[in-house]
Amino acid sequence: MAFSLTPELEKLVDDLLTRYPTKRAGCIPLLHLCQRQVGWISSEVIDFVAKRLDMSTSEVKGVVTFYTMFHQRQVAPNVIWVCRTLACEIRGGRLLQKHLEKRLGCKVGETSKDGQFTLLSAECLAACGQGPAIQINDQYYENLTVEKLDKILDEYAVENPKAATVTK
Amino acid sequence: MADFPKLLTSRYELNESWLLSTVEKHGAYEVARKALTTMKPEEIAAEVKEANIRGRGGAGFPAGVKWGFIPKGNTKPVYLAVNGDEGEPGTFKDRTIMERDPHRLIEGCVITLFAIGGHIAYIYVRCELVKAIRRLEDAIEEARQKGFIGDRPFGKDHKIEIYVQPGAGAYICGEESSLLNSLEGNRGEPRLRPPFPAVEGAFRCPTIVNNVETISSISEIVRMGGKAWSDLSRLPRDGGVRIYGVSGHVKNPGIYEAPVGISMRELVYDLGGGMLYENRPLKAVIPGGSSTPVLRADDVVNAPGENDPLHAWQGKSHLDVPMGADTYRALGTMLGTCCATVMDNSVNMVEVARNLIHFYAHESCGQCTPCREGSAWMRDILDNLCRGKGRKEDVRLLVEIANNIMGNTICAFGDGMSMPMLGLVQKFYDEFLEAAKNGVPGSPLGDSAKELMLGSGA
Ligand SMILES: Cc1cc2nc3c(=O)[nH]c(=O)nc-3n(C[C@H](O)[C@H](O)[C@H](O)COP(=O)(O)O)c2cc1C
Ligand code: SF4
Ligand code: FES
Repeated sequence: MAFSLTPELEKLVDDLLTRYPTKRAGCIPLLHLCQRQVGWISSEVIDFVAKRLDMSTSEVKGVVTFYTMFHQRQVAPNVIWVCRTLACEIRGGRLLQKHLEKRLGCKVGETSKDGQFTLLSAECLAACGQGPAIQINDQYYENLTVEKLDKILDEYAVENPKAATVTK
Repeated sequence: MADFPKLLTSRYELNESWLLSTVEKHGAYEVARKALTTMKPEEIAAEVKEANIRGRGGAGFPAGVKWGFIPKGNTKPVYLAVNGDEGEPGTFKDRTIMERDPHRLIEGCVITLFAIGGHIAYIYVRCELVKAIRRLEDAIEEARQKGFIGDRPFGKDHKIEIYVQPGAGAYICGEESSLLNSLEGNRGEPRLRPPFPAVEGAFRCPTIVNNVETISSISEIVRMGGKAWSDLSRLPRDGGVRIYGVSGHVKNPGIYEAPVGISMRELVYDLGGGMLYENRPLKAVIPGGSSTPVLRADDVVNAPGENDPLHAWQGKSHLDVPMGADTYRALGTMLGTCCATVMDNSVNMVEVARNLIHFYAHESCGQCTPCREGSAWMRDILDNLCRGKGRKEDVRLLVEIANNIMGNTICAFGDGMSMPMLGLVQKFYDEFLEAAKNGVPGSPLGDSAKELMLGSGA
């Protein structure tokens, strides 16, 4: 089925395209808007963006595949990024990752069985002084310990009953 | 603890410091108003030149000089691209400006655009920094409402627009020419130079690319005058104050504003509060982001020549050398972003190399064969070394691969990965040989990590 943006987001696109001398410059912000709406960049999204910006689908695809933050596969409604880079790792980042894998019952790169969380590994999140750090959706969590992480996930479980099965 | 006066971070602690209503009472936009209503663009540029401010994004190029590279008699639009990509491992300072005092950056953009004859600034921010992006967008809207940006900022006939452009998760887009390609809606692959961005940048027009902190310093430079700003520093030709960061095994990790030219000892032991555990001394520090070669705790300055810039520190600990773009180059490393990663003696340096090479192998844009293949090859070698599947020859091979990347690539990413790899191998050679023999068993992240996680530490 062809993809289209909601009317509210469409309005944002019109505004967006006034910012640049070329249409193509809107490509990355537009892809973000689409991903915000459906959660990932499907081939329908690529067709839509190509048409909207007078680009070829292969050009848009080239952009999508270059950048880590564009999901090329469907992900769970909640995405957890756990920083694996040095400053976090020497303060326990890898142990956080192991704990997340245990609690969610899936490995980095996978989605939990209840389909609520996708666990991904992040490169330095610019939170090194507050490491170890993770990002859940739009929110950073910093200065973590296993205990604090458990609390955060417990709260998530309360707010999202669907996620309760794995976040125990 | 040393208490340095605060200029760039003076408003960080204010309640709701990101709102215009808060910061206007504390001097925000005073300088922009003065600059646009009473100064000539050349006068502003002259102050910035005299301020000797070296770019805060890592390379340390003098900002005033860069602004002068826009071709004389240029008739094309001029753009400002503010680099808020902040992806260099260990670096976390620009984010604090964007989140806690976005108006300082916006004011800097207004003054800079006026000074360089530009009308549009794009602030390129990595998209993970959702809070920074929202705060900047709200701040821009507030400034527009007040008439500080728009068709006639402060009544001046010099249209100014500022837009936030999100990245999409690619470290390489912090490299200035890659940033421009990304801004234009392309894959973020670095461009061959020349032409340099100041001559042909965004949309084939002259573009000044500066770091968030560089642009955020502009209002204070113009407020106090270039000379006074330059004199805040303890070093010549490297002016002002800057935002230092310290992370890893210190008691008080975080960001600290201080003059250019404080020593690493001051950063780690005064500002950073010293080592996290009394019984675990400093082993090594990566001074300014992962691309800057490591310094050992026991490194001393070797500058026997009278004319050597570091001669005054001959035989002394590197910890006492003032941190500046030139002094650190003379030390054999780089100042980079001034955000130090501190490691205690529980950390295995082969494991450090392995951690970082995974970053570089993941982030190489893939255009240049030596960088693309070399990063993956070094990653595999270091994985093997850590797993106990390495050979003695692997250590030599690492050096060879790194040497073959240096100088053979389109952008500085190649050097930024190879130099620190060479530094780690050279300075911790025994540890690499030991890994080739026995792998890296036990707790490769350092015991501190475990203790911190299990709550028995500090
Ligand atoms: C691989 C690579 C990554 C970089 N990442 C950043 C970055 O995240 N932020 C930044 O300001 N500069 C970064 N730089 C430096 C920029 O290319 C450029 O020098 C800088 O933005 C210029 O601003 P400045 O002179 O004010 O420092 C990077 C350079 C390289 C080679
Ligand atoms: S050095 Fe690496 S990152 Fe830079 S252009 Fe070449 S392949 Fe890309
Ligand atoms: S290393 Fe994790 S945020 Fe920088």
